[in-house]
Amino acid sequence: MTAISLKNLDIAYDGQRVVHGVSFDVAEGESFALVGESGSGKSTVLKAIAGLAPEWTGEMQILGRPGSHRPDRTLAKHCQMVFQDPYGSLHPRKTVDAVLSEPLAIHGIGRQGAKVEQALADVGLDRRFRFRYPHQLSGGQRQRVAIARALMLEPEVMLLDEPTSALDVSVQAEILNLLKRLRSERGLTYLMVTHNLPVVSFLCERMAVMNKGRIVEIAPATALHDGAFTDPYAQALYAASGGA
Amino acid sequence: MTLLSVENLEVSFPTSHGRVKVVDGISFDLGRERLGIVGESGSGKSMTGRAILRLIRSPGRVAGQISFEGRDLMTLSERQMRALRGARISMIMQDPRYSLNPVMTVGTQIEEALRVHERLPRSEMRARVHEMLEAVRIDDPDRVAGLYPHEVSGGMGQRVMIAMMLIPRPSLLIADEPTSALDVSVQGDVLRLIDDLVKDHGMGLILISHDLPLVARYCDRILVMNAGRVVETCNASALHAASHPYTKGLLAAVPQMRETRAELPVIDRNAWAGT
Amino acid sequence: MRAWLLDDSPASRGQAAAGRAYRIAGDLMRNPLAVVGSLIILALILTAIFASWIAPESPVGQDLSNRLMPPSAEHWMGTDELGRDIFSRVVYGARITLLIVGLVAVISAPLGLLIGAVSGYFGGWTDRVLMGLTDVFLSMPKLILALAFAAALGPGIENAIIAIAITTWPAYARIARAETLTIRNSEFVAATRLLGASHTRLITRHVLPLCTSSMIIRVTLDMAGIILTAAGLGFLGLGAQPPLPEWGAMISRGRSFILDQWWVATMPGFAIIVVSLGFCFLGDGLRDVLDPKSEGKS
Repeated sequence: MTAISLKNLDIAYDGQRVVHGVSFDVAEGESFALVGESGSGKSTVLKAIAGLAPEWTGEMQILGRPGSHRPDRTLAKHCQMVFQDPYGSLHPRKTVDAVLSEPLAIHGIGRQGAKVEQALADVGLDRRFRFRYPHQLSGGQRQRVAIARALMLEPEVMLLDEPTSALDVSVQAEILNLLKRLRSERGLTYLMVTHNLPVVSFLCERMAVMNKGRIVEIAPATALHDGAFTDPYAQALYAASGGA
Repeated sequence: MTLLSVENLEVSFPTSHGRVKVVDGISFDLGRERLGIVGESGSGKSMTGRAILRLIRSPGRVAGQISFEGRDLMTLSERQMRALRGARISMIMQDPRYSLNPVMTVGTQIEEALRVHERLPRSEMRARVHEMLEAVRIDDPDRVAGLYPHEVSGGMGQRVMIAMMLIPRPSLLIADEPTSALDVSVQGDVLRLIDDLVKDHGMGLILISHDLPLVARYCDRILVMNAGRVVETCNASALHAASHPYTKGLLAAVPQMRETRAELPVIDRNAWAGT
Repeated sequence: MRAWLLDDSPASRGQAAAGRAYRIAGDLMRNPLAVVGSLIILALILTAIFASWIAPESPVGQDLSNRLMPPSAEHWMGTDELGRDIFSRVVYGARITLLIVGLVAVISAPLGLLIGAVSGYFGGWTDRVLMGLTDVFLSMPKLILALAFAAALGPGIENAIIAIAITTWPAYARIARAETLTIRNSEFVAATRLLGASHTRLITRHVLPLCTSSMIIRVTLDMAGIILTAAGLGFLGLGAQPPLPEWGAMISRGRSFILDQWWVATMPGFAIIVVSLGFCFLGDGLRDVLDPKSEGKS
C-alpha cells in the first residue's frame, strides 16, 4: 500500500499560494526526503499532511484515508510528526512523564507507567529522566523525548521536520542513528524534510527537490553519490552543498 | 607580525553549582591569517570571541592576557575599548535579523558604523557607504541603502552586516557563525566574500563555527575547542591527519554526501564532557 | 529533605513539582524586598485569623467617656469618636480587607483568565466578541459602577466586592489573551494537536498553566489598587457599612477630626499603606522569579 500519496497539492497561507501542484508517492516502509532551501515550501507540505495547514486543495491520501484540513484523531494513531526545534516542541511546565503520558490519556490507553518507561528505553533515555522538566534536559535529550512522544501511539508513518538541524554534530549523529534503528525495528515510513543533503544520503532512499513551492526533481538518494541530477536547480543545490 | 596574542584566557560565570569556567585557559597567536575556532555548543568558542572584544559583562569574569597590536586589551578602559571596537576589531554575528536594528535603514546603519569612528562630511559618508555596499557585491547599492532590514533577504542582510563591520577598516575580523542562519546556496557566496575582503585588506580573521569541514575550507589554521579548552591545533590542510580523538570523532560523525555507513560513529559523551 | 527536593532526577510527579516550588521559593527569598512583602502579607493574614486574640478590645463596643483619646499605652492607636479602640478596629479591619481582596481575586482572576485564553486561542469572531465585551467592562469606572450598584441594591460590602470584581477582570483577560496569542503558535501546541487533543484539553492543560505566572504577578500587584478602591468606596460610604471597621470607612469618619485628632484617620491610613506596599514588593519579587525568561535557570 502507498503510505502517502499526493496529487496536485496546492497550499496557501492567508490566500497566498506557497505550494504549487506537488505530486509524489511514498511507499510503505520507505524513507523519503523533501529537500529544499528556506521558502521552498517543504515544511508546508509536511504540515498539510499532518493537518496543520488548513488551506490546501488537491488529492491527499495517508494510508488509504483521505487527508484532512485539521488534525484528525483517528489519523493521530497512524501518522505523527517530530518537529525541528527541541526547545519549542516540549511544554516548559510538563515533566517528561507528563509529555509521554498525554497521548495515552487522550486516547484512553492504559498501563501508562509501563509504556512510558518502555518508550524512554526505546529512545535510549535512562529512567532517571522520567520526571525532569525540559529545561533540565539537553537539546539531544529533548529531541529523544519528542521522538518518543511521536511513537507513543505506535504510528506507521513518521513526518520528520528537520529533526536534527538544531543539534550539535555529535548529537545529530546519535539522533540519526536512533531514527535509522527505529525505522528498521518497526518498519516505519519516513517523510523527512531537510536542507542537509548528507543527512538524506544517510537516512533516505528517495528524495524530491523543491524550489519556490514546486517539485523540480525526484531522484533516488544514490543520485547524491555522483550528482546525477537533471534539473539545474537541483544540480546547483548539490554543488553548493559541497557535492563536487 | 603577531596581530593578536591570547594567553591563558579564562571566562567564568556564576551558576547555582558555583563558578563555572566556560573558557578554561586557552592560548593562541594570530597573525594576518585566517584562524578557525571549531566546537560544539558549550565549547566556549563564542565566549572566546566576545572576550577578545571585552564584551563580557558582570557577572561573567575574564582573566588572562589579550594583546592586540602590541597593546594589552585587559588594561584598557571601557572608553579606549569603545574606540577599538569596530575601528580596529570588528565582529560579525550569526543572524542579521537580530543583529541589525529593525527601525533604521540599512544605509543609515552602515553610515553610523562609520560616523562613530571618523568625522567626515555627509557626501563623503554616502560615497563610502556606496563603495562598501559595492564591495560586498550588492547590486543597486543606492536602492538597497534605503531598505529596512526586514526588506532584505538573509544573505543580503549578512552582507550588510559585513559592510557595517568593515567600513571602518579594522585589522581584525571576528566572524561568529556568519553563515549558520543562511541557506546553503548563499553560504558559499558570503564566505568567499569574507575571504576576499580579508585578503584584500590584509586583515586577520577568526572564524568561529561548529562546522568543521566549512572551517577547513576557508581557514589556514584550526583550533578545536571542547569544554572550554583547546584540544587540537593544526593547519587546515592537515585536518584529515588530526590526532586528537575528539577531532577525529567530530570528523567521523558528520554524514557524508556519499554515505554508505549503516551507523554514524558517535563521540563518547562521558569522555569529552560535551552537552 | 533539601536534597530530596533538589534531586536532579525526581522519581515521581510529586517530587518534581515539589522541587520546582522549592526552587522558586528559594529564589524569591533571595530578594530582600520580596521577603519584606511576604512578611507583611503573612502578618496581614495572621492578624485576620487571630484578630480576637490580638485585639485587646471589641471593635464595636462604645465608650463615650473615652472618646478621641490620643495614642497611649492603653490605646496604642488612640480612640475614635465613639470611644472605640482604634488598634482593635484596625486589627479586625484586616479581616475585611483580606475578605475584599481575596474575593475580588478569586472572582475576577479566573474569569479574566478564561475569557482571555479562549479569546486568544480561537481568534476570529470569538476573539472579537469577547474582546468587545472586555472593552465594555474595561471602560466602566469602578466608583461610578459601585454607586450604581449601591443605588440599585443598597450599599454594603458584598456589592462593593462585586462592583470591584466586575471592573477588574478585563485587565486579566487582556493579559491572558496576549500570552495565549504567543503560546498558541508554539510547536508543543501543534504537536499536541497532532496527538488528537481536543481544544478543551489544549486550553486547560497547555495554555492556562503558562498564563498563570503573569496572572499571579498582575493580581498581586493589583491588590494594592483593589485595597485603595475598596477604601475609596468605604470612604464614600458605599462599601462596608458602620459599625464594620473597614479601613476606608474609618478614614472617612476621621476626616472631620483630622486637624486635632489626627490619629483617627491616619492609623487606618498607615495600615492601608503598609499592606499595599507589601503586595507591591511581593508582586515585584514574584515577577523577577516567575519571569518565563528565567525558566531556563534551575
